[in-house]
Amino acid sequence: MYKYDDYDQQLVDERVEQFREQVNRRLSGELSEEEFRPLRLMNGVYLQLHAYMLRVAIPYGTISTAQMRQFAYIARTYDKGYGHFTTRQNIQFNWPKLVDIPDILKDLSKVQMHAIQTSGNCIRNTTADQYAGASFDELEDPRPWCEIIRQWSTMHPEFTYLPRKFKMAVTGSPSDRAAVAIHDIGLRIRRDDQGDLGFEVMVGGGLGRTPMIGKTICEFLPKEDLLSYLEAILRVYNQFGRRDNKYKARIKILVHEIGAETFADLVEKEWVHIRDSALQLPQSEIDAIQAHFTPPPFEVLPSLSSVFADKVATDQAFAYWVKNNVREHKQQGYAIANISLKPVGGIPGDISHTQMDALADLADQYSFGEIRSTHEQNLVLAHVKRDDLYALWQKLDAYDLATPNSGLITDLIACPGLDYCALANSRSIPLAQRISNRFGELDRQHDIGKIQIKISGCINACTHHHVGHIGILGVDKKGQEFYQITLGGRADEHAKIGKIVGAGFSTDEVVDAVETLIDTYLNLRENKEETFLDAFNRVGEQPFKEALYDAR
Amino acid sequence: MTKQVVTANRLDDGLAVFYKADDSWHNSIDQASQVDAGPEAEALLAQASDERNQLCVVGPYLIDIDKEGAHATPVRYREMIRTLGPSVRPDLGYQAK
Ligand code: SF4
Repeated sequence: MYKYDDYDQQLVDERVEQFREQVNRRLSGELSEEEFRPLRLMNGVYLQLHAYMLRVAIPYGTISTAQMRQFAYIARTYDKGYGHFTTRQNIQFNWPKLVDIPDILKDLSKVQMHAIQTSGNCIRNTTADQYAGASFDELEDPRPWCEIIRQWSTMHPEFTYLPRKFKMAVTGSPSDRAAVAIHDIGLRIRRDDQGDLGFEVMVGGGLGRTPMIGKTICEFLPKEDLLSYLEAILRVYNQFGRRDNKYKARIKILVHEIGAETFADLVEKEWVHIRDSALQLPQSEIDAIQAHFTPPPFEVLPSLSSVFADKVATDQAFAYWVKNNVREHKQQGYAIANISLKPVGGIPGDISHTQMDALADLADQYSFGEIRSTHEQNLVLAHVKRDDLYALWQKLDAYDLATPNSGLITDLIACPGLDYCALANSRSIPLAQRISNRFGELDRQHDIGKIQIKISGCINACTHHHVGHIGILGVDKKGQEFYQITLGGRADEHAKIGKIVGAGFSTDEVVDAVETLIDTYLNLRENKEETFLDAFNRVGEQPFKEALYDAR
Repeated sequence: MTKQVVTANRLDDGLAVFYKADDSWHNSIDQASQVDAGPEAEALLAQASDERNQLCVVGPYLIDIDKEGAHATPVRYREMIRTLGPSVRPDLGYQAK
C-alpha cells in the first residue's frame, strides 16, 4: 500500500501542530466558536449530541495492521473502547475530548493517517472497490488512481471552498461495488476498442433531498488526462455551482439544471486550456504510484484445496460462512474473506478495540498485513489462502467477527441516527437491530437470499437509502419517529433510485411492514434464484403496495 | 406556561450540559434552572451566552421541558437522548451511572 514520502509526512505533521494551536486559541478565547468551527471541521472534528466526534480518513478503504492497531489504541486511550466504520470507508470515534484531539491526530500521523478531507466543502476522501487488487473481474486496481487523486486534491487551494462538499469514487471492475453512480464524480476503469484502459467519467450523482444518478460526460478518458479533466470539472462546478442555497449547491443540481451535455461542453472548453499543462500525468509518475500497489507475494497454489474442501464438508457452520462471506479471488488458491460488522441484533459498523487488535493480528497472519473497509460498514481480508480459511474463521468466531451474513438481510446498513448525530430526525440503529433480530435465524436469511436494507436517520441519506433494495428514511412527524420506505433502488452498475412506496410507518409498525414486504416477495417469486430485487423489477411495486396498505 | 432550560455542549470535552442561573453548567438536567418560555427564558439564554460562557460551552439554546420539580424531562426525543446517552448503549453517557 502507499507509504508517505517526506512531503506527505511533513504536511500531516505541520497540520497537527497547526490544529493544536487553533485548539489552544479557542480554549483561551482568542478564537470564537464561529471562527473555530470551520477550522475544526477541516480537521474532521464534529460536535454531535453527546460529545465531539472525530472522523478519520481511510484513503480508498485500505488499512495497514499498524493503522488498525492505532485505531484500537485511540479507542482505548481517548474514547470509550470502540470505533464506528462509516459508509464512506472512514472510521469515527464518538467520544473524544477536544483537548485530546491534537494528541489523537499526532498518534494518527505516526501511522500515516489524518482527518483532513473528512468534512467541509472540499474534495473529500476518495473511495474505492473494497476488493481492489483481489477481484477476479477487475480490469485494473483502482487504488493507485485514488492515491493520485488524493495527492492532487489534498488541500488543493482552488478547491478548498467549493459551493458544497465533493465526493468521488473509483471502480476498476465492471461489477460496481463502490457505488460510483451516486457520487459527485464516479470513475469506472474501462477498455476502449483499441484495448487501452482509461476512465468512464460520470458526474452529478448524489442522494440527499434530490437524489440523482450520475451522468456519463466522457465515455473514455485516457489515463494521463485524469487530473486535468477532473480539474476542469471542478473549475466549472466552482464557478457555476450555486452558493445561494445550501440545498441546491451540490454539483448534481448544476448538472441537472443546465443539462449534462451543456455541462460536458463547459468542461471541454476549460479542459482545452489545461490538458497539456503540468497536470498531465507522465507515465513515470503513474508507474511510481502503481509500484506502491503491486500484488502481494502470492504463492503458487493448486486450484483445489483438500483441507478446505474437507472442512466445508464436515463443519456446517464454517460451510455457511464460506457460502455467504467468502468470494472468489483472482489468484488461484486464494479467497476474499468478508468480515461482517453486523452481528445479529448488533450495531452496524461498530467494532471494539479488542476486535480491532485481533483483526490486525489475523491480517498479519493470513492476509499480508492489510485490511479493507467497505461502504457497507464491513471489513475485508482481501487475500487469504483457501487453506487458511478454516483457521481464520475459528479465530474470527472467537472475537464475534464471523457472522455469516454478508449480503443477506441482516447485513443492513444504518447510520448513527438520533443516538449520536446532531442532524438526525429519528433513530436508525434500534430499527436496524429490531429488523436484524426479526430475521436473524440463518435458515430464514438463506431462504430470503440476497437483499440490501439501508436506513438513514434523516434526508442527508448517509447510508444511501435511496439506492437500497429496501430503503428506510427516518423522519420526524409531530415529534414522533416515523419511517418512510422506498423500494427497488440499487447502487451497483445498474444504479437506480428507489421509489417511495406510500405513507410512512410508526416505530411500532415499521418492522412488520418490512416483514410484509419480505413475505410478499417470498410468495410471488418464481423460484429461489429470483432475488427480491429481480422479483420487484418483474412485478413492479403494486403487489408490495397492496400488501402494505390494503389491510390498513 | 411552557417551561424551558438552557442546554449546550461543554467546550473542552463536548458533553451535553445544562445551565443554572448562578452561572454554572451541569451534567444533569435536574440541576438546571427552569424558566417560563418568553422573556424570562430569553434573558437566561442571554446570560448563558455571554462572553465568559463562550469560553465554557458551545452553542447554548433553549429546550422545552415537560415537568417542573426535581425531574425535568425534555419534550423532544432528541433532547431526551442528550440527557441520557445513546439509547443503544445503556452502558455509555449519563445513563450509565
Ligand atoms: S443520514 Fe442524517 S442522521 Fe444519519 S448520519 Fe447522516 S446526517 Fe446523521
